[in-house]
Amino acid sequence: MGSPSASGSASGVGGEERELAALRAGDETAFLALVSRHHGAMLRVAAMFVKSRASAEEVVQEAWIGVLKGLHLFEGRSSLRSWIFKILVNCAKTRGMHDARAVVIALDELVDEGPSVSPDRFRDDTERWPGHWSQPPEPWPDARVESSEMVALVRQALETLPEAQRTVMSLRDVDGWDSGEVCELLGISEGNQRVLLHRARSKVRAFVEEQLGSEGSP
Amino acid sequence: MKLSVPDVSCRELVELVTEYLEARLPVEERTRFELHLGYCDWCRTYLRQMRQVRDAAEELTEESIAPEAKSALLAAFRDWKRGSGGDEP
Repeated sequence: MGSPSASGSASGVGGEERELAALRAGDETAFLALVSRHHGAMLRVAAMFVKSRASAEEVVQEAWIGVLKGLHLFEGRSSLRSWIFKILVNCAKTRGMHDARAVVIALDELVDEGPSVSPDRFRDDTERWPGHWSQPPEPWPDARVESSEMVALVRQALETLPEAQRTVMSLRDVDGWDSGEVCELLGISEGNQRVLLHRARSKVRAFVEEQLGSEGSP
Repeated sequence: MKLSVPDVSCRELVELVTEYLEARLPVEERTRFELHLGYCDWCRTYLRQMRQVRDAAEELTEESIAPEAKSALLAAFRDWKRGSGGDEP
């Protein structure tokens, strides 16, 4: 199942035009490929606006219907992907209002979350070299970093993150979106996007460190 | 130069890593960041780990679509095809 392609867009502008032509011509394979490529990210994004997993799935289905309806009108001023996700977000917001779920980025994910690394790993201000490591990170063995174990740990860690952080890191690092696209889609500022990404990656790093450390060196 | 540029501490550096990787640090801070890395193995390790995390995330694939959802969409696509007939010839 899981698509092997690195991420995101249909390999460049020419690829997208071809894809669009195939879709408009009713090519089922092209349609299913498009659906598979974006499904996971669409669910993630939808989940930010609605209450339940089931609602998110419905929103994604609804968005695809919207995409089909609008396919003849799509002018290619944005990428196909951002057009699809714009439709998705509109559907999700409408549904979110029904669900009475206030959209969207929980502000407490932005403010006041404490530092990326526990303060007791640094020398305190009364010591020499205040603010420098007292318990520094140990390099991770290459063999483990390059193994599927590492990828599995990152997946596990991602699932533990608060929603906005998880969404931003997934879109950026898993799906390969650039920061501008993420900001536009979620309606957040560049700065906030970066804070969320930073929190997310820092926590994932800490999680991996803990797991690799607690299992002992090979 | 070194004299006029206050050092960044490790505790500060770990909070700047993402801005650094995103190339969003102002020049002066970037210089301090890199000066620090020049002598601090530990922070170099930290930075490398943040890159390793990012790179491992790239290897992940998103959840794939459930078969029922897939066939529902395919049915919708076929309806659409019948209804609007794809592009006019």
